[in-house]
Amino acid sequence: MGRFVFNLPDVGEGIAEAEVVSWHVAVGSAVAEDDPLVDVMTDKATVEIPSPRAGRVLAITGGPGDKVRVGAELLVLDVENDEVTLLHDEAAAPGAAVAPLAAPTIPTPAASAGPLLTVAKARRTPQTSGREKIEAAVASARPTGAKPLASPAVRRRAHELGIALQFIPGTGPAGRIGHADLDAYIASGGSAAVAASRPAGSARLERIEAIKIIGLRRRIAERMQESKRRIPHYSYVEELDVTTLEELRAHLNARHGADRPRLTLLPFLIRALVCAVPRFPQVNALFDDETGIVRRHAALHIGIATQTPQGLMVPVVRHAEALDLWEVASEISRLAAATREGTAARDELSGSTLTITSLGPIGGIVTTPVINYPEVAIIGVNRIVERPVARGGQIVIRKMMNLSSSFDHRVVDGWEAAQFVQELKGLLEQPASLFVE
Amino acid sequence: MIRTKVLVVGGGPGGYVAAIRAGHLGLDTVLVEANRLGGTCLIRGCIPSKALIHAAGKFDDMRRAVGDGIIGITLREAPSIDLNRTMLWKEGIVDRLSGGVGVLLRKANVRVLEGWATFSDAKTCTVRTGEAEEMIRAEHVILANGSNPAALPGLEFGGPVISSTEALALDRVPERLLVVGAGYIGLELGTAFRKLGSEVTIIEALERILPNWDEPLTNPVRRWLERAGVTLHLGATVEMVERREGAAEATVRTEDGVILPVAADQVLVTVGRKPLTQGWGLEAMAVDMAGPFVRIDERCRTSMRDVWAIGDLVGEPMLAHKASAQGEMVAELIGGARRQFDPVAIPAVCFTDPEIVSIGLSPGDAGARGADPVVTQFPFAANGRALSMEAGEDSGFVRVVARSDDHRVLGVQAVGAHVSELIGEFTLAIEMGALLEDVAGTIHAHPTLTEAFQEATLRSLGRAIHI
Repeated sequence: MGRFVFNLPDVGEGIAEAEVVSWHVAVGSAVAEDDPLVDVMTDKATVEIPSPRAGRVLAITGGPGDKVRVGAELLVLDVENDEVTLLHDEAAAPGAAVAPLAAPTIPTPAASAGPLLTVAKARRTPQTSGREKIEAAVASARPTGAKPLASPAVRRRAHELGIALQFIPGTGPAGRIGHADLDAYIASGGSAAVAASRPAGSARLERIEAIKIIGLRRRIAERMQESKRRIPHYSYVEELDVTTLEELRAHLNARHGADRPRLTLLPFLIRALVCAVPRFPQVNALFDDETGIVRRHAALHIGIATQTPQGLMVPVVRHAEALDLWEVASEISRLAAATREGTAARDELSGSTLTITSLGPIGGIVTTPVINYPEVAIIGVNRIVERPVARGGQIVIRKMMNLSSSFDHRVVDGWEAAQFVQELKGLLEQPASLFVE
Repeated sequence: MIRTKVLVVGGGPGGYVAAIRAGHLGLDTVLVEANRLGGTCLIRGCIPSKALIHAAGKFDDMRRAVGDGIIGITLREAPSIDLNRTMLWKEGIVDRLSGGVGVLLRKANVRVLEGWATFSDAKTCTVRTGEAEEMIRAEHVILANGSNPAALPGLEFGGPVISSTEALALDRVPERLLVVGAGYIGLELGTAFRKLGSEVTIIEALERILPNWDEPLTNPVRRWLERAGVTLHLGATVEMVERREGAAEATVRTEDGVILPVAADQVLVTVGRKPLTQGWGLEAMAVDMAGPFVRIDERCRTSMRDVWAIGDLVGEPMLAHKASAQGEMVAELIGGARRQFDPVAIPAVCFTDPEIVSIGLSPGDAGARGADPVVTQFPFAANGRALSMEAGEDSGFVRVVARSDDHRVLGVQAVGAHVSELIGEFTLAIEMGALLEDVAGTIHAHPTLTEAFQEATLRSLGRAIHI
């Protein structure tokens, strides 16, 4: 028998660390070669890592939400025969054993060889791992506002695990929280023995559900925070008369409904962006504020904000400038389906230069979209409603839609943004102009 | 142009610890220090002052042995001191420690640049090393620039008016020393020079000495100063200092409004320290300030991404061990660990005669927080080890502050000879969340001063043996 240390393999170009989504094995489980070990998340794709060998699990590194560096120890297997080249001996282990801090170690030949990865399989994140539900009655032994009592080692371990000590009942003297309390809390999925103190009947509810923000949710949180912290946003809303556009759309769908994908408003909006962006290159750009360089892109890679069961994702319609209306439409529906099912590849979920956010029929009157950092603009589509409007002294019913867009004021001035949106308005209100060079 | 992962500015106990830890984590690290490795602590603070205090104590003991002698030891004639040689001995210690820091940095693969770093933006600085200039661009910047002695308006440093830095490098004992400011630095140095034979006068604007410590703790120090013949003017201010050839004539306004001339060979101004925020391009880095300090969060992050700040630059307490703890944490954060700066308390030591230590809440603090504390103390006069090393006669004691409901230890203070070496146990008790019963139930070795801690907790529980 021997110890086989399996380091996190290289899961994609330029990826230095991955976040554990969920384990398929526990300490003590027997695994066969190619059995799935763990799901890890990189950027926006979830990757399943299979076992390179058969054996029994001796140790695993990190729980859901923890980050593991590429090359750091992921798990240790007790394996049948002792092949020297495949083993880390005890002397070699310490460097890799402190996974979160160790300098990246080079994966063993065993770890890097073979088809270890199945990138972005259609594997859904199990419901329980994405949202670790932590129920805790606040009315525990600890008085409100009192600092939890715990030694530095316990405090640090809890912090590393992302667990707030406030929620852990301490069984030591004066409610002191020990390692055993922390273990019990983790083992119980975060609902340690406080059930008894829950109020009975239809009394006031004191329960607080603490949800650990991990996985995609954490990534979204970080990205949004980053965007709002770095970018001085402003939003500009304009009203569009889309009656003619809607007529054209209905006509095209009726005519080509059988053999071509159904057109929504988005392909027309993207077409309008393709027409407008050459005159307004400042909005189709990425701003690297560390070096102070704005990179204006000739290509138009449109990010489409898409709600998935796991949360918000942004698949990318690449080179929209080279696609016609129906190609855009089919690409959008293909990407949306792939993203919702979790089968989108990593490069389909990154590299946008300008993003559109549309809530469809629930699009509201006005939105203030958050820019997809490091982009400098985002276009928000509000819902289409029939409204009475005055035209030439007459009140007529028109199909009206608002366009709510946000811009990075550091590099796009209000005047420029307004001009840009007016250009879009002109194009969409006179849809024929979308197809005139 | 040097490109690096981590740039540490300042080679003091904050900066060098951060750099060594970053190096251990395999991060590409550059440390810039304009003076010598070790910073204020090692070069012109903690270490040299403790060396001087030790030498002064030894000299004082010998002086007191002249004539009637103490505990049967008699010297026939008065000892003499060659302060130059004392300073050489002190420099030897400093050199050894500073050299040691250099070795540790080298072993951690940290590149050390000697020069003054001036920032042009948050991640770029120019280091002037003699004639040459080197530009450094870093992904992460750790600011550990430290602090300088604060000057009093109208009493600027120069000539006979000196700061602690110069006081630790005097080549002879001043006959008359005027100390302005009775904080811990002023009292430590004032006490040392008194023991070395100076006539010492201490002026303090507030009504009491060591204003950061409560009166029961400072009373033994005040009594020592009186017994040693140090002139103390509390509630007094220095109106004017006339600088003469190698001396100064100060005009002091006492509490009662009396104008008093005080002649001195040196005027030592110890009215605190101020963070070093000028002269290195901080203003170009666009980081937020909190008063005179750089604003940080619980991870020592400034308002600028990947710019970190630690130590005296970020606020009170301006203590080396706080800076080191912050530096170690920041290096690990950069290395990818999840950390936050969350000590329960930071210990403080005052090397006066007798020494004072404190950790956690004082009885007043605890009361102010509505803790209804139980406070007990145990005198060193009832401790065998204290008496056997002449440490039981200075009214010293250990004092324990605990919650009355769950007996959690909230604070521990002590005053007495050698108590600086007890602070580690006190701090551990606080950090581990010890109860009175935990300390009381721990066997403390006999005969040691630490027994006083155990006895104080036993006393809180109504079970003291030796009192």
